[in-house]
Amino acid sequence: MAGSSIMENLFQRTLEDLIKGMRLQLIGESAFISKAVEEIRREIKSTDPHTKSTALHKLCYLSAIHGLDISWAAFHAVELMSSSRFSHKSVGYHAAALSFHDATPVLLLTTNQLRKDLSSPNPFEASLALQTLSRIATVDLARDLTPEVFSLLSSGRVFVRKKAIAVVLRVFDKYPDAVRVCFKRLVENLESSDPQIVSAVVGVFCELASRDPRSYLPLAPEFYRVLVDCKNNWVLIKVLKIFAKLAPLEPRLAKRIVEPICEIMRATGAKSVMFECVRTVLTSLGDHDSGIKLAVSKVKELLVDEDPNLRYLGLQALSVASEKHLWAVLENKESVIKSLSDEDSNIRVESLRLVMAMVSESNVTEISGVLVNYALKSDPEFCNEILGSVLTTCSRNVYEIVVDFDWYVSLLGEMARIPNCQESEEIERQLIDIGMRVKDARLQLVRVARDLLIDPALLGNACLHRILCAAAWVAGEYIDFAGNLFEIIDALLQPRTNLLPPSIRAVYIHSALKVLVFCLDCYLMQNEDGNLVVGQSDPFIGKRCSVAPESATCQSSNLEQHDDLTFDPRNTTESPEDLSVFENNADTAVTQGPAITHEYMLGLLDRIELVLAPLTANQDVEVLDRASNILAFVRLVKAELIDNASQKANTADKKDTQVSAIITLMRDAFVTDLGPVSVSAQGRVAVPDGLDLKENLDDLSALCGDIELPSSSSFGIGGPQFGTSSDATSTGLLKNEESGLVNESTSLLEHRKRHGLYYLPSEKNEISQYDYPPANDPRSNSNSDEAAELAKLTEQSLVLKKKPNQTKPRPVVVKLDDGDVVPLPISNKRPEPRDDSLSGAIKDILLGSTTKPSSSQSNPSDKSSSKRKEKKKQVAADIPSQIKENLGDAEGPGLENPGSSSKDHDYVKERRERGKEKIVEGEGHDQKARKKKSSHRHGKHKTRQKANSPLNVVSQTPEIPDFLL
Amino acid sequence: MIRAVLVMNTQGRPRITKFYEFWPVEKQHEAIRNVFSVLCSRAEHVSNFVDAESIFGPAKLLSFPELDFQPKVRRTADSRLVYKHFATLYFVFIFDSSENELAMLDLIQVFVETLDKCFRNVCELDIVFNYSKIHAILDEIIFGGQVLETSSTEVMKAVEEITKLEAASNAINLVSKSVSNWRSR
Repeated sequence: MAGSSIMENLFQRTLEDLIKGMRLQLIGESAFISKAVEEIRREIKSTDPHTKSTALHKLCYLSAIHGLDISWAAFHAVELMSSSRFSHKSVGYHAAALSFHDATPVLLLTTNQLRKDLSSPNPFEASLALQTLSRIATVDLARDLTPEVFSLLSSGRVFVRKKAIAVVLRVFDKYPDAVRVCFKRLVENLESSDPQIVSAVVGVFCELASRDPRSYLPLAPEFYRVLVDCKNNWVLIKVLKIFAKLAPLEPRLAKRIVEPICEIMRATGAKSVMFECVRTVLTSLGDHDSGIKLAVSKVKELLVDEDPNLRYLGLQALSVASEKHLWAVLENKESVIKSLSDEDSNIRVESLRLVMAMVSESNVTEISGVLVNYALKSDPEFCNEILGSVLTTCSRNVYEIVVDFDWYVSLLGEMARIPNCQESEEIERQLIDIGMRVKDARLQLVRVARDLLIDPALLGNACLHRILCAAAWVAGEYIDFAGNLFEIIDALLQPRTNLLPPSIRAVYIHSALKVLVFCLDCYLMQNEDGNLVVGQSDPFIGKRCSVAPESATCQSSNLEQHDDLTFDPRNTTESPEDLSVFENNADTAVTQGPAITHEYMLGLLDRIELVLAPLTANQDVEVLDRASNILAFVRLVKAELIDNASQKANTADKKDTQVSAIITLMRDAFVTDLGPVSVSAQGRVAVPDGLDLKENLDDLSALCGDIELPSSSSFGIGGPQFGTSSDATSTGLLKNEESGLVNESTSLLEHRKRHGLYYLPSEKNEISQYDYPPANDPRSNSNSDEAAELAKLTEQSLVLKKKPNQTKPRPVVVKLDDGDVVPLPISNKRPEPRDDSLSGAIKDILLGSTTKPSSSQSNPSDKSSSKRKEKKKQVAADIPSQIKENLGDAEGPGLENPGSSSKDHDYVKERRERGKEKIVEGEGHDQKARKKKSSHRHGKHKTRQKANSPLNVVSQTPEIPDFLL
Repeated sequence: MIRAVLVMNTQGRPRITKFYEFWPVEKQHEAIRNVFSVLCSRAEHVSNFVDAESIFGPAKLLSFPELDFQPKVRRTADSRLVYKHFATLYFVFIFDSSENELAMLDLIQVFVETLDKCFRNVCELDIVFNYSKIHAILDEIIFGGQVLETSSTEVMKAVEEITKLEAASNAINLVSKSVSNWRSR
C-alpha cells in the first residue's frame, strides 16, 4: 500500500511535465488531453494528498487553458481545501473558484472549512478562503459566514482586511441582511488611514451605488471628504464614479461637488482622472455651465491628442455631451469630421455617431450626400456603418428631418447601388414605407424603382434582392405614375429574374399582374375614346375615382361567384390588410408611354404566357400559385381580346361585355391605396372567445408532420432550384407540398367560417388572406386575424390625414396616432432598484428606520432553517424583548445585549458575545453619526439657507439635507 | 467591476484565463475565440479598445439556457474591453462601466510590470510554465473583480510569501512522507 503510494508519487507527472508533454505531443492535442485526463482520473482517487493535489492542479490547468469541464472533480477540490498543507489547500481553493457555481452540490460541504480558514491566524489561508468566497458565495454560504467576514472587516492585517471588504460585495449581493451586520463597519473603514483600505471600500461602494444609487445618498459627506482629501488616482476615479451616480438624484449635491471636480480636472496630471472628471461632469452635472465649459475644453484637447485612445475617449465624451449640449459637438466639428477618416475603426464609428448627431432638417441633404459618397470609398464594414446610420437618422420618428422626399428616395436608390451595401432590408422597408406614407413621393419612387428594375446586372447581386423586391412592389403598386409601362413590364418579366429567390420572384409576378391589368385598363380606355363610344353603360370604366370600398368588394365578390373557376380569386384584390386607405386617385397625372395598340397588347399577353408557363411547374408554391393565376387571367383576357378584335368592326359596343368588366374590377381592386399599419394594430384585435393565444402549440407539429407552415418571409427562400423543374422527385415533392397546403388552407377556411364575424363581411377574401402577404408590406405579420381591425385603422388614418400641418412645404407623411414605430427602450432609464431587499436593508441602516427586515430574510432556503432556529434559541435567551422590537425581528448573527461594554475591539471567541458587541458598537456609531449630523447642521447652516432646492427632493429623502449641508 | 482577464498569444492560444463571474467553460472558450478574431484583425498603433458588447454582451446575455440552473444575473452591465499587445501576447481586460478605461490600461501595465519583476524579462514561456504563480499574482491585483492592489512591489511581496509558504509545506510533505514510508516498511 505504502509502496504503491510512493510509486504513484514518484512517477506522477507534474503540471510542468504535462505542459512540456503537451508542447511536444505528436498525437494531437485533444488525444493528448484525453489521455492526460484518464491518468488524472486515476491519480485523483489516490489517498495520498500530494498525488491528489498534483492531479487536481493539472486539471485546473487544463480547464483554464484548454477549456476542459472539471465539475466532476468538485468533491476532490473540497477534500483538498481541508488539507492542512498550504499548497494542497491552495490548489483545492483554486479549483473551487474555477469550477464551482451556485448549483454545485458539494458547496454545502465547504461551509465549515471556509469558516475555519476565514478565522485562521495565517493571513494567507484567510486570504485564500476570501478569494474563493468572493467567487462562489451562495445565499447559504453568505448567511452562514457573515460573522466571520464581519470580524475580518476590522482585522489588524491590511492584507486580509481589504479582501474582507471586497468580499462584502458578494455577500451583500447574495444575502442582503448581512448589511445589518456589516454595513457600519464597512463605513468605518472609509475613515481608515490606510489608502489600500479606503480604496477597497470606495471600490465596493462604487459597485453598490451603480446598482441602487439612492440608498447611498446619506453617505455623500463621507465620499465628499474622500474626493477632497484623497490623492490616490484609483480612489479618485471610483469616488467620481460614485458621484456621477449620486449627483443626478440630488441637485444640491451636484452644486457642491462641481467645484472640487473642476479643481481636480484642472490640477491632475493623470489622464484617467481627468477623463473621469470630464465624464462625470458631462453625464451628471449637465446644469453647471462652468463645469461643462471646462470639460468641453478638456475634450477638445483630447480630440487632438496623438494617442488614439485619448482621441477615442474624447469622441465618446462628446457623444455623451451631444444629448444636452449639441454646441459642444458643433464646436469640435472639424476634429470630428477629420476623425471620420481615421485609420482606427473605433474612432471612425464614434465620429460617425457624432456627425449623425449634428444632422438637422437644414443640413440633412448635404451631410447624407457627403456621407454616402464617402461610403463608396470606405471599406465594406464602415461603409455599412455609414449607410446604417444615415438610414436610421433619416427615418427617425417617421422621417422627421426629411423635407425633400424626392431627394431622399433618390438617395435610397443610390445607396442600393453601392457595391458593399448590406442594408438592403432597411432600404426595402423604407422604400415601401415611404410609398405608403408619402403620396407626393410616389412619382419619384416609381422612377427609382424603374431604374433599379431595368438594370439586369443588379439581379446578379444577392444582397440587392430585397431592394429589388421593394422596387418591384413599388412599380406594381404605383404603376399609374410610371413613365413607360412597357419598360417596367419587360423588366419584371426579364429572364434573369430566375436568379431571384422564389418569395421575391412571386412579388415580381404579382407586380407584373398589376401592371398588366393597368395596361389593359388603359388600352380599353383608349379604345373607348378612340371609338367614341359615348354613354357606355359601365360606370367604372376610365374612372379611378372615389368608389366606396364596399362597392368595390361587392363587385369583386359578385365576379367571383359567376366567374369560371380558373379565375383565381386570390388575385382579385390585395388581402384586406391592405385596404387601409382608399382614396381618390383621379387627379394623379397618368403619363403613359406610346399608345397601346391591339397588337402590342396581344404580344404582351403572349409573352407573359411564354415566360410564365414554365413556372407552373415551379417548386415554390408562391411562384407557382401566382404564375398560375396570372396565366389563367391572361388566357381569359386573350380569348376575349381576340374575339373582340374580330368583331370590333361591326359591334364595337360588344367588346366591353365581359373582359372590361373583369379588368375594371381587377383594376379597382388594385387601385386601393395601401397605408401604414400601426405596430399595435394586432393588440387591438379582440381575442375571440375560445381562442387561447398562449396555448402551447407543440402538439401541432406532431399533427402537421413534416409539413412546413408557410410563413411570410421564409417560405421557399433559399430553395436551391427555382425555375423549371420537371424531374420526378421534385414533382413528387411539389405534390407533397401542395397537398399539405390544401390541408392547411381548408383547415384555415373552416377556422374562418367559425370566426367569420371577425373578418370583413363579404367573404371574398377568405382565400386571399391565406395568400402570400401583400407584396412585402413590412408590417404585415402574416396574421390574417387583423382584417376587422384594419378597417378601423383605415378610418383612423383617413381621419388623421385631414389634419396635416399645411404650414410646411414638406409633403404629408402619414403617421398613425400611436405605435408608428416600435417604442425604443428609454436609454436613460434609471437603474431599477434591482435588489429591493439590499437597498431596503441599507436604507434601514443609514436612515435608522426600524422597519421589519426585508422579505429576503424569510426566504433563504429551508435547508438551513433548523440551523438558524438553533442560533435564535441560543441568542434569544438573553435578549431583552424591548431591543428585539427595536431592531425588528433581527435574526442571525447580529444580536446583542445592551449590558456589554461598548467600543471594545477585542473579539471574544464565543459567537454570542461577539453578537452582543456588534450591536452595541453599532449603537455607538449611531450616536456618533447623530452628533455628526447635528454638527453638520450647525456648521453648514449658511449654505443651507442659500440653497433653495426643490422641496420634493427633501420630502422623498428626509434625512439627506442634514448630511449634505 | 472587472469581468474577465485574458491573456492569449498572437496565434490565439489562451495563456491565462480568469473569469470573475460564472461562465460555463465552453462559453469562456467561445468568448476567447471571438476576442481573438477581433484582436488579430486590428492594426498596430490604433486605439486599445474593442467593442465587447457583441462578444460578452450586456449581462442579460449571461443566462445560459442549456444549463439546468440559471446563474443570477447581477446587473444590467455593459461590457468594455481594453487590450495591450506585448511581443507575442495580448493582454485583455473585460470590465463594466464602474471602471475607467484608461485606468484599466494602466492596470494591464501594472500586471505586466509585476510579471516582469517576477520572472526577469518575462516571456510567453514563463507564463506557460508558471500557472500557479501567475494566478497568485493576478489574485493579488484583482480580487473578485475589484482592483485591490496596484503597486507591483506590494504584489511581489505577497506572492513571494505565498511561494515560500507553498514550498515549505511541500518540503515538509516530501520529507515526512518518505521518512514515514520507509519506517512503515
